[in-house]
Amino acid sequence: MRSSEPRAPLGLAFAATAGLLFMLLPLALIFLYAFSTEERTYQWPPPGLTLKWFAVTWGRVDVWQALTLSVQVASISTLLALILGTLCAAAVSGTKFFGRETISLLVILPIALPGIITGISLRSAFNLMEIPFSFWTIILGHATFCIVVVYNNAVARFRRLHGSMVEAAMDLGANSFQTFRHVILPNLGTALLAGGMLAFALSFDEVIVTTFTAGQQQTLPIWMLEELVRPRQRPVTNVVAMVVVVVTFLPILAAFYLSRGGEQTVSGMGK
Amino acid sequence: MTSAVSLQKVSRHFGLVRAMDEVDLDVAPGEFFAMLGPSGSGKTTCLRLIAGFEQPTSGRIQIFGDAVEGIPPYRRNVNTVFQDYALFPHMNVRDNVAFSLMLKKLPKVLRIKAAEEALELVRLGGYGDRRPGQLSGGQRQRVALARAIVNKPKVLLLDEPLGALDLKLRESMQEELKALQKTLGITFIFVTHDQGEALSMADRVAVFNEGRVQQIGTPEEIYKRPQSRFVADFVGSSNVLDPEFVYWIVGEKRWASLRPEAIHVMAAGQSASRMTGTIISKSYLGPVIRLMIDLNGTKLHASVPSNDAVPAEGEKVTLGFAKDALHLMEATS
Repeated sequence: MRSSEPRAPLGLAFAATAGLLFMLLPLALIFLYAFSTEERTYQWPPPGLTLKWFAVTWGRVDVWQALTLSVQVASISTLLALILGTLCAAAVSGTKFFGRETISLLVILPIALPGIITGISLRSAFNLMEIPFSFWTIILGHATFCIVVVYNNAVARFRRLHGSMVEAAMDLGANSFQTFRHVILPNLGTALLAGGMLAFALSFDEVIVTTFTAGQQQTLPIWMLEELVRPRQRPVTNVVAMVVVVVTFLPILAAFYLSRGGEQTVSGMGK
Repeated sequence: MTSAVSLQKVSRHFGLVRAMDEVDLDVAPGEFFAMLGPSGSGKTTCLRLIAGFEQPTSGRIQIFGDAVEGIPPYRRNVNTVFQDYALFPHMNVRDNVAFSLMLKKLPKVLRIKAAEEALELVRLGGYGDRRPGQLSGGQRQRVALARAIVNKPKVLLLDEPLGALDLKLRESMQEELKALQKTLGITFIFVTHDQGEALSMADRVAVFNEGRVQQIGTPEEIYKRPQSRFVADFVGSSNVLDPEFVYWIVGEKRWASLRPEAIHVMAAGQSASRMTGTIISKSYLGPVIRLMIDLNGTKLHASVPSNDAVPAEGEKVTLGFAKDALHLMEATS
């Protein structure tokens, strides 16, 4: 082992820095404008800094409604995805049956399809079946792509689980429920947590599918989109954006570390 | 006396594939029983039927006199050591071993004590806190063994228990398994494709082929008196002689087996025997030399002690063997 890593060439370091700045500076600007005293235009530089928009945001009912709806939608879609995605992954990885590969492909398809296709097709399907657009149609729309994330995470972990482990548990006296609780779930847990968090984050900031499947309800991203064209209290949007960034960043970071830790313990178990 | 495990006309078909076809088997209590056969012969299916992972298509299975058809694995007093060990990676060694006791809701103190005892028994005392991932293959095998015996099952099933170990380790584990079985007095049933392993470890061996039991007997019976060409060929490396050839020697049209070590190889003309052949090849195997001899178109293997004077390749030799060394088997093909 070398005591010090070789230094990157100057050009590469510059390019990397520029790339990161390009991605992160706009975020920083959003944060900065959350404190701006100017409420109509995004004037540069901000004429002054203030904390009053936090108080204003706190007091706005529409923000709270949108936030509550988004959290509810994301939670329920994630829960739905966790159940269906895990079951699907268990079936696909645990058994061999005709059309297994096809099912696997069909499950993954929604995330490969452009959101607008998913949105339009769901909208026309709901129309055809005369289902009124509601809270539940948003959830159905979100569940289509949330399932994919959970499924992908779970299926990768199932593959690493030894097939005979379930049999070993039953051999040692565990019924199906005990096998699931003591053997499958602990091995799947971190994968499900990571998948669930990713699904939650995906659902939380979804705009396109939501536009097509929502009725009068406004989820947080849709609320923000509408707020941008309104020339009043603009920094409120920035405050909300900032809070969303901070709040979603933490679980994603946690998911990253959790799934990495899980891989280490399981991959250390090779034959 | 009741058999530990008894199979009566047990079949297991997967669609058109007859993994097991009308198998009859009786394993005595306290016996070390081997199921030997090539892959796909039905031996593993047989083990899985006893464990309860598979259900028979037809036939009856009894464990200590109780019919077990339809009874799930977790309600059978039988434990299995899996080929890939199937240890739980998220638990340490002690919790792996104590898993069945935890399910039985045994108080924690008792179950830790029992787990430690089982680990002592497989010479892994003090390894309780490690994770399976930190152990070597041989150690994992022992943990799997401890986990399967901690519950004091009436029958222990072992699926190719030594298959994943290297040669040295395999030999020492053979000894250990035999010793363990004597200490515990549990009926052991193990599956293997290694005839040497089956012969050296088991009290009795069942030889499987194509879903059927070809022969059941003590290692000596199986080795010396195979009942079919398959057994003669698969167990050890007997010469299987076709009926024409046997007719020429003993005047009876039957298949026969002849062990390579039973053939005496002499320089040509030393005896009045009609059996004169040519040495085609010669391989040195340490204690013995293995010769391939062409006898009027029939190829025979002979093994002779390596410190004897051995004729060279291409030389003419005369063969002789005691008449009872020629073991007659089934009459037709």
